[in-house]
Amino acid sequence: MDDIVIEDLTKSYTSGWPGRPPYTALGGLSLTVRRGEIFGFLGPNGAGKTTTLKILLGLVRATSGAAFLLDRPAGDVGTRRRIGFLPESPYFYDYLTAEEFLSFYGQLAGLGRTVIAQRVADLLSLVDLVDARTRQLRKFSKGMLQRIGLAQALIHDPDLVILDEPMTGLDPVGRKQVRDLILSLRDRGKTIFFSTHILHDVEMICDRVGIVIKGRLLASGRIDELVRQDHTQSVEIVCQQIRAEGNAFLHSLATRVLQQGQQCLLILPTPDAVDAVVGEIRRQGGRLLSVTPHKASLEDLFFQEAAPGAFHAESHRHTGRAS
Amino acid sequence: MGAIGVIALNAFRESLRDKILYNLVLFAGLLIGLSVLLADLTITEHHKLIADMGLAAINFIGVIIAIFIGISLVNKEIERRTIYTIMARPISRTFFILGKYFGLVLTLFVNLSIMLAVFLVTLWLYHIPIGLSLLQAVQLIFVEILVVTAIALFFSTFSSTTLSAILTLGVYVIGHLTADVRSMAAKGESGTVKAVVDVFYYLFPNLETLNIKGQAAVGVLVAPEYLMLASLYGVVYAGVLLAGACAVFQQRDF
Ligand SMILES: Nc1ncnc2c1ncn2[C@@H]1O[C@H](COP(=O)(O)OP(=O)(O)OP(=O)(O)O)[C@@H](O)[C@H]1O
Ligand SMILES: [Mg+2]
Repeated sequence: MDDIVIEDLTKSYTSGWPGRPPYTALGGLSLTVRRGEIFGFLGPNGAGKTTTLKILLGLVRATSGAAFLLDRPAGDVGTRRRIGFLPESPYFYDYLTAEEFLSFYGQLAGLGRTVIAQRVADLLSLVDLVDARTRQLRKFSKGMLQRIGLAQALIHDPDLVILDEPMTGLDPVGRKQVRDLILSLRDRGKTIFFSTHILHDVEMICDRVGIVIKGRLLASGRIDELVRQDHTQSVEIVCQQIRAEGNAFLHSLATRVLQQGQQCLLILPTPDAVDAVVGEIRRQGGRLLSVTPHKASLEDLFFQEAAPGAFHAESHRHTGRAS
Repeated sequence: MGAIGVIALNAFRESLRDKILYNLVLFAGLLIGLSVLLADLTITEHHKLIADMGLAAINFIGVIIAIFIGISLVNKEIERRTIYTIMARPISRTFFILGKYFGLVLTLFVNLSIMLAVFLVTLWLYHIPIGLSLLQAVQLIFVEILVVTAIALFFSTFSSTTLSAILTLGVYVIGHLTADVRSMAAKGESGTVKAVVDVFYYLFPNLETLNIKGQAAVGVLVAPEYLMLASLYGVVYAGVLLAGACAVFQQRDF
């Protein structure tokens, strides 16, 4: 069962000036989010994450393509009863106190008075804002706003929770709280779809991820699958008492040779050449210190997709996907 | 209907927490007070001057609030991005617009009532007879404010705050002139001028029909039928504008 289905979604923003070509923020994006999973929507700045989420919530109209949430077309008013949404760097009515704010959203969700009172109390303690409950939001710090925003998204106990960069602006403790909150939502059978450009967030909690770049989905799946798509793994070898500079054989096998005083670091594109390199080091009378297989991480994949040029110049060439 | 009420009451709460509003109402009180001072300086028509100025102050402040809160009603939500979480709720865009409108109307109603109370107390203190005509005038002032609020809201669904302010003020001024201009054009020869003036006359709200302050100040009543028809005209006009605002808002990206 899929809670979110996105099919070939495109969005062009018209500039409002005649003659100016429209800007294509999404160029045919497709993806599905299954019921009960945590799906990380990963992409660099400007990739089209927020645009996608806005289309899902009906805030923005897609130029073409289709999107379904909980088996209903995106933008369907009634379905929103079952959806919770936190926009990126949220802005709220700052003249309301935390309590008033949450009960206002409870009313908008059509909850009854007693339910609202109960939910408001629960959520305020969940996001650690009990002490600030009678304070106006204009006096809230950025992290407090982010947390009250999360509470707002959960006030009606939605089945599908959509969060746009929920960890932004939070300190490490706050980030961990949000991660734990997301995990506990999943444990209660909710589906969570959140965007981020921070890999670490995704690697830690997501069941599946989708990587979006320039308005297209480049890859999606379980993290270990995505990373495994990279068959080749690099290996780092550190050795001593060897002068690798002039050694043409070592240079031909390694993609990088770094001499740091006594020590020498060799980076091999594949594990295949390890034996040959170790043999050569022995022959030259060097001492082997370590051989470390470098597991391709999501980060490598991300960088390679996000900025292929920069990646090749900076890092291990071999982590690229065979294409 | 529940959702409209929730939005409207929250909009009302927002304006209650806005200090500008109190200042404006205070200003209206000052204007009414000033009318008493002026009346003391003049010898003739003591009563008429106070009634005139009081009604004018109520009308002026009401329109100012209607325009300046009206233009920001929807725009501010979009510019401050507070609209994202609201529109992510099970509320249609039409209900949102209507809720915002009625919230401001409620605010204006309360303000108008306060100003009216101050006005009546002033009259009472100076032993000026309080005629029904004054209440008739205030009723039509309220209708005018309903129209002006709808105009401001309509423009603010598709133009910036500044542009909305200019456009709303423009329509307000034209709305008070069309009737006069039309009767002037009727005396002229040119057919095209008449045609153009006619278009303006029917397109723009005829706000002068809602202005009975002059005769009300001297105690002349209007016929109840007139009062009803004029009110109906204003309400229908506001309704059409609201429908337009909803249609435009429906198409917007945030
Ligand atoms: N209202 C708009 N009008 C024109 N262009 C827009 C509009 N909103 C977004 N864009 C453009 O669409 C592209 C995608 O924007 P979007 O906000 O979806 O990116 P994002 O992935 O959320 O980025 P970030 O990580 O910085 O939040 C950007 O290039 C942006 O400039
Ligand atoms: Mg974004």
